[in-house]
Amino acid sequence: MLSLKTAKAAGDFDHYPDSMGVLVDVNRCVGCRSCEAACNKEQGLPEPEKPFNDYSVFDEGHEGGGHGGVGRRTDETRYTVVNKYEVPEIDHPLYRKSQCNHCLEPACLTSCFVNAYTKTPEGAVIYNPDVCVGCRTCMIACPFYVPAFKYSSAFSPRVMKCIFCYDTRLKEGRPPACVEACPQEAMTFGKRFDLLEIGRKRIRQHPDKYVNHIYGEKEAGGTAWMYLSPVEFGEVGFDVHVPHEPVINFVRDFLSIVPMVLVIWPALFAGFHLLANRKDAQHNHDDIDREGGE
Amino acid sequence: MPLRKKWCMMWGIAAGVVLLWAGQGRAIDRSDAPETVTIGLLAELYDPVEFNHTAHIEMVECSDCHHHTVGTVTKRWNCIKCHDNPQEGDTVGCSDCHPLDRFGSRYLATLDNPELYHKEKPGLKGAFHLNCVGCHQEQGGPTGCEDCHTMNETGEKRFNAGPYTPAR
Repeated sequence: MLSLKTAKAAGDFDHYPDSMGVLVDVNRCVGCRSCEAACNKEQGLPEPEKPFNDYSVFDEGHEGGGHGGVGRRTDETRYTVVNKYEVPEIDHPLYRKSQCNHCLEPACLTSCFVNAYTKTPEGAVIYNPDVCVGCRTCMIACPFYVPAFKYSSAFSPRVMKCIFCYDTRLKEGRPPACVEACPQEAMTFGKRFDLLEIGRKRIRQHPDKYVNHIYGEKEAGGTAWMYLSPVEFGEVGFDVHVPHEPVINFVRDFLSIVPMVLVIWPALFAGFHLLANRKDAQHNHDDIDREGGE
Repeated sequence: MPLRKKWCMMWGIAAGVVLLWAGQGRAIDRSDAPETVTIGLLAELYDPVEFNHTAHIEMVECSDCHHHTVGTVTKRWNCIKCHDNPQEGDTVGCSDCHPLDRFGSRYLATLDNPELYHKEKPGLKGAFHLNCVGCHQEQGGPTGCEDCHTMNETGEKRFNAGPYTPAR
């Protein structure tokens, strides 16, 4: 009965009502990579291979290049990347920034058995390297393939991903570095609730400029970072098959058994073992007593 | 580079003053418009931009940039719904309406006002670029970052460019 009740409460969790988010407008992005540069410096990430004003990076990963033609990916050296997409219906290229989407019910957090991840009331999904054991389950769990592993320091495990500039900015109510750096205001920072309203308003006022969908409103149970696009989301590199239910809904039943297995089973079987061997122990004890008595 | 930073600051302030002055005009006439406007908004990373205002008013309508504040009817259908009989505004300077710190908590708090319609008003940097780049794309003007902005040393460090290009 108790477990049923808690399960229901988890499903009804209304998220943090005043949590912040970012609305990314693919229409507005011009691919200047200012966000990538700002992120690199804010987070103290390693020097890039090419300067941030080198636009030849947009050709990496496409057409026969690496990454299966999906463009560049976030990795241990970069928390955010901008990719370029040529779509037939628009006469100029489109650019799309990607980073951690900061899910409302993060799969990384759900999958982590040492609780290295935290969803903060401000909206960020942050990570604590001190407790991480480097199992990399989060990398498999994430529906957006965001967390990256720092293979160069495998003995002090470290997952690398965007943390919404939590410790340096978000905590103090400031926007993340990428948002502040964007010249085009392609990213709108605000309360997630207001961003949905802004997104719907933009779609309503410019039906010719946007498809009628806010990516991230429902995907993976809702994300703090959401997107508007002038073309179908699949055309600009989004996974349109991400389920609308949070990942936790698929694994809750299984995960609720894990603590029981881990806590109750050892005690239970240790008990069985002791009971089964009780007679032997008693015998031995009696023998010793008898020997001592003689 | 404290000296350089100081210069950048001074340019920024100068730009602010020019923008303010641009906002002081009352009877708004093309001839009253400033010839150039120095914009030092990105002075941290780039040298200030000398915006040739005269050249631009030859090419576009005042309302293309100044919306309804110069007393002409704007072409944007969404604005006309309310601003159908525009009066000259008290100010026409961009920075008088478009906030510098668009995503700062103080400005975001003002958006909670339920009577506010212009919730989506871009910040100053966004307003400049959305308007300038948008028109340049349509009209074939320069659209590259460094076509308008000359990167300074802080910018080169930020972008790992110029002397800070990765050696590989």
